[in-house]
Amino acid sequence: MELIYLDNAATTPLSSKALADMTPYFISEFGNASSLHEKGRMAKRAVEASREIIANSIRARSNEIYFTSGGTESDNWAIRGVIKASKNNVKHIITSAIEHPAVLNTCKELEKEGVLVTYVYPDKNGLISVEDIKGAVNSNTILISIMFANNEIGTIQPIAEIGSFCREEGILFHTDAVQAMGTLDIDVNKMCIDLLSMSAHKFNGPKGIGVLYIKTGVKIDKFIVGGEQERGKRAGTLATPLIIGMASALEETLSNRESKNANMILLRDSFISDVQHNIPYVHLNGDKVKRLPNNINFSFEFIEGESLLLKLDLDGVAVSSGSACASGSLQSSHVIKAIGVSDELAHSTIRFSLGNNTTREQMNRALKILIKNVETLREMSPLYDSKKKEGKYV
Amino acid sequence: MYNEKVIEVFKNPKNMGDLEGANAIGTVGNVTCGDIMQMSLIIEEDIIKDAKFKTFGCVAAIAASSMATEMIIGKSINEAMQIKNSDVVDALGGLPPQKIHCSVLAEESIHEAIKNYKEKHIK
Repeated sequence: MELIYLDNAATTPLSSKALADMTPYFISEFGNASSLHEKGRMAKRAVEASREIIANSIRARSNEIYFTSGGTESDNWAIRGVIKASKNNVKHIITSAIEHPAVLNTCKELEKEGVLVTYVYPDKNGLISVEDIKGAVNSNTILISIMFANNEIGTIQPIAEIGSFCREEGILFHTDAVQAMGTLDIDVNKMCIDLLSMSAHKFNGPKGIGVLYIKTGVKIDKFIVGGEQERGKRAGTLATPLIIGMASALEETLSNRESKNANMILLRDSFISDVQHNIPYVHLNGDKVKRLPNNINFSFEFIEGESLLLKLDLDGVAVSSGSACASGSLQSSHVIKAIGVSDELAHSTIRFSLGNNTTREQMNRALKILIKNVETLREMSPLYDSKKKEGKYV
Repeated sequence: MYNEKVIEVFKNPKNMGDLEGANAIGTVGNVTCGDIMQMSLIIEEDIIKDAKFKTFGCVAAIAASSMATEMIIGKSINEAMQIKNSDVVDALGGLPPQKIHCSVLAEESIHEAIKNYKEKHIK
């Protein structure tokens, strides 16, 4: 049975072209990009060519691209680095309640260190309002961090509006663009973005490599100390093969982005409508229009997300769940709760995330498997029983 | 996260559904925590003749419910009352630490069903 992988927001398979491009840099072109000899210079040239590809993809300059170990490090660095570099006595950050844990937990750590943080809540579709951000600003606000698009419900935030407001106010603006890179058009100049996080493995690049874009002139402290790599801001031998793989995958993803997006949007929207037509008591989470092309997120009443996830897995469909149980923390998803979904429904949430190569045939099969397993679990659920007894279910 | 035994029980749960003629029903848990377990029993002369469960919950909750029904069928209500959540965990070959509460629910649902029976039948 061929696996239907619908968890591309968690990670994507490495592109075979990227693998081919990076392979020589593990073996024959193994040089340290900091070495002065030809082997080193060879690696350095490849790294710089990759840096330029990545810079161009967001309309940045090459010297504004800093390689990190991934999205989490980029988020940690952006926020901590700005706070540490600020000379203010009182330091205030504004972020949203639906950020990735890499941002939220960094902010929570900083709160323990005396930094003030405001968490802005989204509307029921997961949209952050620029007005709410404006309302949270005070004279001590030095950084606003709002994700480009949400990883669980796919809602795309009004980044350009938030950016231009921040620029006017002289507040630094960071965006976690980990989910948006590869599908959405990002222009750091037009959108007035000062700091941007990305991660290669979300767009068919290798795991373990990411980037923090730091606009020229932004005051930010160094993150990892050691050698002079990355202009003295992020020490550590450059991961040449991973960097090559990241740029190669990005280039490939962007080469036919429009047609891939159009295809994913078509599959996404027909799956959403098929689910709504074939399964009663379902709720789509997130905005219908301002939504990542590959994101589908549903709550299925009367059943628990982890059970559904595992049932689907046993039938060859890989998805993820916002349910408490799946995460091991027993807390249901902070994102689903922040958009006002009840605890009961929050436990019943499943995310399907499409990839570049997802086919209609796969989505049709996934739909059949989903319908079957939702029925099985509902038959098992005492909650569904009481609903039937109310006579509301036909 | 789960061992093969738990997955196997989850895949093919035993004694799932409504129990016709049940004279003891216990429901425990709440939706906020994401687990509700309903245990239905047929008790004759203090012996559990049959048991079925219905569960809204995670993989561990469903597996624990199924295992609990298997453990109590044929037992006297006194014997069934002695079954601890750790017995259910052991029968499943272990549960992840954060899922132990699911086995507690299984124990509680048995207690609740027997309590329900006693209230009705032992005056």
